[in-house]
Amino acid sequence: MELAVISGKGGTGKSSISAAFATLSERVMVVDCDVDAANLYLLFHPTIHKEEIYVAGESAIIDESKCTDCGLCMTYCRFDAISEVNGKIIINETTCDGCHLCSRICPEQAITMVENNKSRMYSGDFRNGKMVYGKLAPGEENSGKLVAMVRDEARKTAKENNLDTIVIDGPPGIGCAVISSITGVDNVLIITEPSLSGIHDLKRTVEMTSKFNIKTWVLINKYDLNETATKQIEDLCVHLNINLAGKLPFDKKFVSAMINCQSIVEYAPESDVSKKIAQVFEKINQKPAER
Amino acid sequence: MKIAIGSGKGGTGKTLLSTNLFYAIHKQNQKITLVDCDSEEPNDMLFFKGEMVKTKTVTQKNPVIDSEKCVFCDKCNEWCNYNAIFYVKEKKVIRVLEDLCHGCGACSVACEFGAITEKDVELGVVNTFKVPVDSTIIETRLKVGVYTPVPVLKAGISEKIDTDHVIFDSPPGTSCPFIQTVERADYVILITEPTPFGLSDLRQSVETLKTMNKKYGVVVNRADLGDNALYDYLKSENIPLLMEIPFSKKIAEVYSRGELYAEHDEAFAQQLYSLYIKILKNHGISSN
Repeated sequence: MELAVISGKGGTGKSSISAAFATLSERVMVVDCDVDAANLYLLFHPTIHKEEIYVAGESAIIDESKCTDCGLCMTYCRFDAISEVNGKIIINETTCDGCHLCSRICPEQAITMVENNKSRMYSGDFRNGKMVYGKLAPGEENSGKLVAMVRDEARKTAKENNLDTIVIDGPPGIGCAVISSITGVDNVLIITEPSLSGIHDLKRTVEMTSKFNIKTWVLINKYDLNETATKQIEDLCVHLNINLAGKLPFDKKFVSAMINCQSIVEYAPESDVSKKIAQVFEKINQKPAER
Repeated sequence: MKIAIGSGKGGTGKTLLSTNLFYAIHKQNQKITLVDCDSEEPNDMLFFKGEMVKTKTVTQKNPVIDSEKCVFCDKCNEWCNYNAIFYVKEKKVIRVLEDLCHGCGACSVACEFGAITEKDVELGVVNTFKVPVDSTIIETRLKVGVYTPVPVLKAGISEKIDTDHVIFDSPPGTSCPFIQTVERADYVILITEPTPFGLSDLRQSVETLKTMNKKYGVVVNRADLGDNALYDYLKSENIPLLMEIPFSKKIAEVYSRGELYAEHDEAFAQQLYSLYIKILKNHGISSN
């Protein structure tokens, strides 16, 4: 069973809950797909066996000795990455989309493309099984492709090691990295919180997941911070025909667990929240995925 | 002065800080503009009542290939750097994979047979709201299902702004959308929490801002829920600690209702305004 844990809004507890799921069983494949802010490795300290370079596209670079500052490239660039400063043509590396067009049309062949190769994928062992994660270098794009690479590796490793359960810690938002994190999984769990922002983001997230025909669940975290909003989310789930996986109270133990580099179920196995998380996981696991 | 509010980790309080800071400055009868750059999940307008005065659709130009005119020479496919052109020469089938297309225009430049025209594809909208009196909120909103927020947020920050004070509520992370946002700012406030995740993500934001030569400081949210590692880091790196916001169920609850905490707590509003004045005094280089 492949489960992706996502949330539109950040900071609702995706990683803490993914970590809890990953430590509920002895043999699991855990995948950190929040490649822009990968954090699970901080709790799990995996032993890395494999590190691979991820090429996040290309950037254009001008050879000033060949450039005649004709500005033709500037008229073709649709990303506003090329500008003229004091008569000199300059490419802004962070704005460049790497489409290659400028280098193809440059009459002086003064523009070349260089690979953005600072991002990485890691694969290794952690205390409850295998772990794969990605780290996108600052400023780089195409995070969805790195997520796809991370998930391919995870599926392959899971198969080789007979790991039936894959838990994916997804990124926030609704863009390409999220879409890539949920494509083809059996279950999606959206972690939300009872606030106006939480509800707004939940609606957008459900709108996005509904395009993919995947069994979708909602978990309301910190539900006791605003019980009126919690009720609204419960009603929304009924209205949108989405399964409510459960509710968790606000609990400072989540923070203490993190500081101790443990998941909540490791840190406080007998606590009420840990038991509730186990129930949620069981519920999602048991019900056969309906497509 | 343009201030960007960012964080590596999501949910640390960017929107809380952006909306309340906007309120605190606005309340001092200063004209201010808030740009919600978190196009994937724009939330700032949930906290304000304002009249929408303008809406702009952000589009990109995707190719349309006429398979009658196409001679299947392969050049457009060769020029496409995003694998967005699918074709089977033998079957005379050629298609654009819209989800992969970045609208760069390379294929239409490549085509020598006039087989490629272009159409506008919607990526999202930029909505401008007037908040009485004379302040503005610009919201960037990605269309659900669109892969990248960058063109929409770029359109938002490129809107003409007629106030001296500007806040950019940045998207989380340190990838392209964050860089695009902070690049236009004179100063960056990073908001984080004193947890291992918060610290790890803050480090990444700091390293990114260093390479960009940006000035920045840190606000610690839920300051009493965590450990000291974050504070040790700030000290060792000589990063200014601008303000601490304690964890309070009251703040969480007011926020959850879509209300501004600064409206309920005069001291909090004052604290935010002082923070702004201090940044302005120390770093307010120009209003552009």
